[in-house]
Amino acid sequence: MKPTLPLEELMSPGHLACQGCGAGIAMRVSLKALGRDTMFTFPACCWTVIDGPFPYSCLEVPLLHMAFEATAATAAGIKAAMDALGKDKTTICGWAGDGGTFDIGLQALSGAAERNDDIFYFCYDNEAYMNTGIQRSGATPYGAWTTTTPVKHFKKEAKKSIDDIVAAHKVPYQATASVAYPEDLYKKLVKAKDIRGFKFIHIISPCPPGWKARPEDTVKLARLAVQTGIFPVYEVDGGKYVQTMKTPTRKPVLEYLKLQGRFKHLKESDVADIQRMVDTRYAELEKRFQGC
Amino acid sequence: MKKVMMGNHAISHGATLARVQVIAAYPITPQTQVVELLSEIVADQRLKAEFIKVESEHSAMAACIGASSAGARAFTATSAQGLALMHELLHWAAGARLPIVMADINRAMAPPWTIWTDQNDSLSQRDTGWMQFYCQSNQEVLDSVIMAYKVAEKVLMPVMIVLDAFSLSHTYEIVDLPDQAVVDKYLPPFDYKYKLNVSDPHTYGGLTTPDWYMEFRVKMQEAMDQALVEIKKEAVEFEKAFGRRYDPVEPYMVDDADIVLVTSGTAASTARFAVDQMRKKGKKVGNLRMRLLRPFPFADVREHLKNAKKVIIVDRNISYGYHGIWAQEVKSALYGHSKVPVFNFIAGLGGRDIFPETFVEIVNKVKKLKKPDQELYWVEVKK
Repeated sequence: MKPTLPLEELMSPGHLACQGCGAGIAMRVSLKALGRDTMFTFPACCWTVIDGPFPYSCLEVPLLHMAFEATAATAAGIKAAMDALGKDKTTICGWAGDGGTFDIGLQALSGAAERNDDIFYFCYDNEAYMNTGIQRSGATPYGAWTTTTPVKHFKKEAKKSIDDIVAAHKVPYQATASVAYPEDLYKKLVKAKDIRGFKFIHIISPCPPGWKARPEDTVKLARLAVQTGIFPVYEVDGGKYVQTMKTPTRKPVLEYLKLQGRFKHLKESDVADIQRMVDTRYAELEKRFQGC
Repeated sequence: MKKVMMGNHAISHGATLARVQVIAAYPITPQTQVVELLSEIVADQRLKAEFIKVESEHSAMAACIGASSAGARAFTATSAQGLALMHELLHWAAGARLPIVMADINRAMAPPWTIWTDQNDSLSQRDTGWMQFYCQSNQEVLDSVIMAYKVAEKVLMPVMIVLDAFSLSHTYEIVDLPDQAVVDKYLPPFDYKYKLNVSDPHTYGGLTTPDWYMEFRVKMQEAMDQALVEIKKEAVEFEKAFGRRYDPVEPYMVDDADIVLVTSGTAASTARFAVDQMRKKGKKVGNLRMRLLRPFPFADVREHLKNAKKVIIVDRNISYGYHGIWAQEVKSALYGHSKVPVFNFIAGLGGRDIFPETFVEIVNKVKKLKKPDQELYWVEVKK
């Protein structure tokens, strides 16, 4: 059988990710597409820890750790320097969690997107502040338990639509991806590498401790997120929406929710509410998909 | 070539002559002319640089940190609220040992809203690990930008060039623009040993346990100690190249002075004028201008104040619940080395003018006192 992804690994096995960490898979696959001529900056996020403590690093590319809200501006600064130094071929990436993207880093993200800085901005989305111990973020979905949305007062607000916020900036390329579909993510990055300007990649990355799920269910959950329509996987290339992982018959959201302890307090009526929200959101998005 | 220019344009010309490679800045009064002129210079390709027009001062410093980490000479300028917004990243730039240079135009902090000068913005950044050079003329501003990169890139610590809003930033003075060739000879291109490099990949700033964190901090203190040595060396080297000298402190008639007024920024030139007037009337008064806040020139302060019978520190700033910040610094340098009484006056906050007569009145008041009977004295405050 011919491998579907390059065999070279730029992320070594000695990292500090939890068992079943989706963010680990996201990085491993992304690096296969980006290659060695790549530089990263990370804000405070799980990857601050996953990379390994000083003086260790599990990555074979340069990495600048940075403050929480500064990812996009820092990447823009690195890119400007590389341009000034005549090394404009190197791919510059900001790599942030959902808190650093949806919440505290949103201003810098918007600034870089509006300026159309020639960088990749990755958001690996585990839907809460996982590194600080599972507090709700703007990416936490309706109905979820977190340590700051306890069961009695589970999260009553819907997940912020970061993809629509980025799309409003009319960036040259943006995509969603799931760690369950590495070939899809790989293809998108290989394509986006040749696009000049701001590229936004949003990857759903299950978190077993934060979602109270079994580590062995990570890929299954990342797949169900797509198959239920909770996290549609698509790209927006020059304004054109294309659904890259099609879901002609969507599975009920319950199949996804029931594998996660963070949703176990939900009543049947709550699940029905979520199903309705997902249906509405999916229908809105479906209208934008072309060439399906 | 001599030109008449405002302090803000002296900064822009200094950055241009230093051949900065990445500029990231956000506008704030009274800094705007710095970036306006720089954006013109970059657009006209008189300077080969990337200019990122960021959406906040926080992002300005973040972009400078990214750029400097990748090996480019990075520059920004700000003021007051903008500097305060950068605070987190000032620690980051210094902790990451990046030789970024920034100009801060001293503007008082709000509320209430104000745009006029005082030093609380820059002095509140005292402990971030940035060197701070306080200037009193537009020439010194331009020269300091060039000298700052030389020192910063030797010791790998950032520098803040500080100047008063309006009384320097918007005041036109004659400035000698050095030849580019002379600047190039004095300031070689930035060659950063620890830059992000795909051929030799490293991780910078990663999680560090108590086993190692403190050692990083020792290195920063050693770098600052070395910075003081370099600043003194550069005072000589800079004079050789450009004919102008900038020492950590600038004494004026202190050797035989009974009373020494310690000042900084443009208040220092006013103080000197007052000293001349008082000398004419036979009063033995001198002035010590503080140029460096960090690294703090302990030995120079002690040396120049050793003959004084009374020391007066006039602070255009205040640490609420304490007293003036320069007074705190100078007192700390003198403690255990001198028994001279130290008087602290707070003047000119929020851009209120400090006149020569202000200094005369301060000296007259101190003459009547054996030692301070208050921790601080307010100057010319309405009841």
